[in-house]
Amino acid sequence: MIPLEYYLILSAFMFVTGVTGVLTRRNAIVVFMSIELMLNSANLTFVAYSSFFGDVIGQLFVFFVMAVAAAEVAIGLAIIIAIFRNKLTINIDEINILKW
Amino acid sequence: MTLEQGLFGFFALIAVASSILMVTRKNPVISALFLVLNFGALSGIYLLLRAQFIAVVQVIVYAGAIMVLFLFVLMLLRPAQEKSYFKDRPQQKFMAIVVGVLMFLQIIYSIFFAMPGKMADEARRVEIGTIEFIGRELYTTYLLPFEAIAFVLLTATIGALVLSKKKMD
Amino acid sequence: MTEYIYLAVLFPLIGFLINGLFGRLIKNEKIIGSIGAGMVGLAFIVIAFSFFETLGLPAEKRSRIVEWFTWIQAGGINAAFSYQVDQLSLTMSLIVTGVGFIIHVYSIGYMHGDKGFWRFFAYLNLFIVAMMNLVLADNFVLMFLGWEGVGLCSYLLIGFYYDRKFEKGTVADASKKAFVVNRIGDFGFLVGMFFIFYYFGSLNFSEVLPFVANSGIPSWAFEAIAIFLFIGATGKSAQIPLYVWLPDAMAGPTPVSALIHAATMVTAGIYLVARTSVIFAMAPTAMMIVAVVGLLTAFFAATIGLVQNDIKKVLAYSTVSQLGYMFLALGVGAFSAGIFHVMTHAFFKALLFLGAGSVIHGMHEEQDIRNYGGLKKYMPKTFLTFAIGAVAISGIPPLSGFFSKDEILWMAYANGGVFFWIIGALTALMTAFYMFRLLSLTFEGKERFDHHHVHPHESPSIMTIPLMVLAVLSIIGGFIGLPKVFVGEHGNLFENWLAPVFKDATRKLAGGAMHSHLEEYLLMGASVIGAVAAIMLARHIYLNKPDIATTISNSFKGFYNTLYNKYYVDEFYEKVVLKPILAVSDTFLYRFTDAKVIDGAVNGTAKIISFASKYARQFQTGITQFYAVVMMIAIVGTLFWIILSF
Repeated sequence: MIPLEYYLILSAFMFVTGVTGVLTRRNAIVVFMSIELMLNSANLTFVAYSSFFGDVIGQLFVFFVMAVAAAEVAIGLAIIIAIFRNKLTINIDEINILKW
Repeated sequence: MTLEQGLFGFFALIAVASSILMVTRKNPVISALFLVLNFGALSGIYLLLRAQFIAVVQVIVYAGAIMVLFLFVLMLLRPAQEKSYFKDRPQQKFMAIVVGVLMFLQIIYSIFFAMPGKMADEARRVEIGTIEFIGRELYTTYLLPFEAIAFVLLTATIGALVLSKKKMD
Repeated sequence: MTEYIYLAVLFPLIGFLINGLFGRLIKNEKIIGSIGAGMVGLAFIVIAFSFFETLGLPAEKRSRIVEWFTWIQAGGINAAFSYQVDQLSLTMSLIVTGVGFIIHVYSIGYMHGDKGFWRFFAYLNLFIVAMMNLVLADNFVLMFLGWEGVGLCSYLLIGFYYDRKFEKGTVADASKKAFVVNRIGDFGFLVGMFFIFYYFGSLNFSEVLPFVANSGIPSWAFEAIAIFLFIGATGKSAQIPLYVWLPDAMAGPTPVSALIHAATMVTAGIYLVARTSVIFAMAPTAMMIVAVVGLLTAFFAATIGLVQNDIKKVLAYSTVSQLGYMFLALGVGAFSAGIFHVMTHAFFKALLFLGAGSVIHGMHEEQDIRNYGGLKKYMPKTFLTFAIGAVAISGIPPLSGFFSKDEILWMAYANGGVFFWIIGALTALMTAFYMFRLLSLTFEGKERFDHHHVHPHESPSIMTIPLMVLAVLSIIGGFIGLPKVFVGEHGNLFENWLAPVFKDATRKLAGGAMHSHLEEYLLMGASVIGAVAAIMLARHIYLNKPDIATTISNSFKGFYNTLYNKYYVDEFYEKVVLKPILAVSDTFLYRFTDAKVIDGAVNGTAKIISFASKYARQFQTGITQFYAVVMMIAIVGTLFWIILSF
């Protein structure tokens, strides 16, 4: 029997790793992937709780989260491509017109 | 050690390692591949949690579709290698790591204050993971969110098309 | 009709609106003039009806208040457009609307052909509106509104010929001077009102005046109030030191000089002092000041008038001098005598001004009397009426001027002393002298103008009939104020009529030495003989031996120049008052306060904000991850807070 906490700690670790990736990487696509990592850690939490308490709602929610993540990735990558067409870079440090 | 514990340790280790490696590699394609590995490990963990449907969907959708999409875009854009990790903006990176560690500790702390409920029995755990059960719930109790999600996907499709269109002359 | 007394204000207001808004479109002078004059005539009829109605009431009941509409009701001040119809206000209103109507009719002829004909009548009607509000008001606030209104109309009308030159400056300078000097007086009036409100808590006559006598207010307060009100009166009624605007006001058209600067507006100050007579009665020092200022003004203005060569200037200084007489009367406690002189002066001074207008009109705008002479042949009616006016102002019985002036001189002697009488009598002699100098040089003697260029002619009847009406009034107007020596203790109708208004004041001032009838007859006789002598002297010099005049003026050249230049008072004011004020305004108020302090504060606020934002905007780096880091820090903080609540 693996206690619930183990899954949750694993999920927390993945989440924090994803956060660090979002805040530190400069390549926009890698930032995106870190966001996916964060989403997955949330999924893991959902499924862990769902499994342990026998309520299917957790897994259904994961279903929806995955659909939304897919949609988000599609749009996000399309935006990155559009930006790349204009600025020829996906280094997010260089996409900084919204400043003083 | 039971089989379950051993498998958990194995998959968990792979997940942790691949996530750290993904975040730290300079080559974005390598990062993507590590992420694929991460998803695979997660799929295994889902199986350990008796969530069959989610495990399969994880592989199909995440590893199979989303990561392929990432790799296609990486192939299109051919981004340059990122320069050194710590050299530019060291304060920001330091702050990021500090924030990360703090957040991790906070979440750990709150895990042990969560109020545990009663654990379900094995039959129930298996039952809710089956595709029949999930399918039935989706199409009866949660029909409205299901249709809504379809709408979201439609919007995403249209959006992606519009955003990546080249200007017509 | 008294309940509808506000019609006397409403009719001229309608006239002003019609002529003012549509006058330019109504090109027909007859219509404009009829509306203008007609409205004043209607107002006169309203007042007349009210007057006869009031006559029918017993004396105690003759003061009534008619409210038109509420105006200000805030902070303890309850001022309405509300009119006090009593003997004093009816008398003043009759003078204003009666003489006003006559002058309006005259103006139809005088202003014929002027491109601003409609504007003239609009302003003139507006003036009547303001003046009616002034004399009929039952509270200080409405009176002040009328006060300011007549000042405004005076400004507008003096500056009527706005594109003409006038003496050393322009007509606009003259009208500005009138307005600004008036304003100084208005300040005094306002301070007086502030004092009154502070001590009495109200600005309505009915809530202030009856309570003055037993109010327990310290006497220095009454002195202060009286002096400040008198300052306002000196501004409006052209006494020393604020008389300097009146001679310059002659830049306006002659009917304006007649109506505003002779008959009505300048009497507003007299009316103010008369209305608040009970306050002055409580302030003996102020009354002494009023009497002395009036006496000095009368004397000095007469001396200046002796040597002026512009026909209107002579009349202007004569007006200042006669106003001095009225204040002298008020200052020695002869309130009804002062108002009596207001009435008779309105008759003969308006007559004189309109006559002068007729001469100017006939001589094609020439105003210098050195270029006149022998005009009686060409303008007989003007000559006759002007002569009647001159006789009246000189105080020859039985014309009206004799009765009113003599009453004042007698009361000055009785209440003030021999000194007052002597100066007053000397002034009367000078008045007779310069009036007949004017008459002789203008209408009689040799003709000093060039026949080929100038063709003097009599004015049309629309101008001469008003002259004749005023001449009749100047002759018979005195009989309602016959002195007590002639008709007994209660025979002076005018004084009896006004007595209830002044009873509080008279009661306070009562008690003085008794004088005999003999003294009065003697003084009366002396002033008449003196006036006749002065007239004969003037005629002798200016008709028969004009060289005497030139010899005297040459031998006393310095003295003559001082008089001719009006004692250099204007120059004195310019140097001592105007230049320092302008200097302070420019260097201190403008350069320092406005540019540095106020602009500095405004710009400084902007500078502070831009300084602060220079640092605040560093937050917007444009780097998305920086924002994300900040967000995460906030989330971590929030999680701490949540955890702490476990």
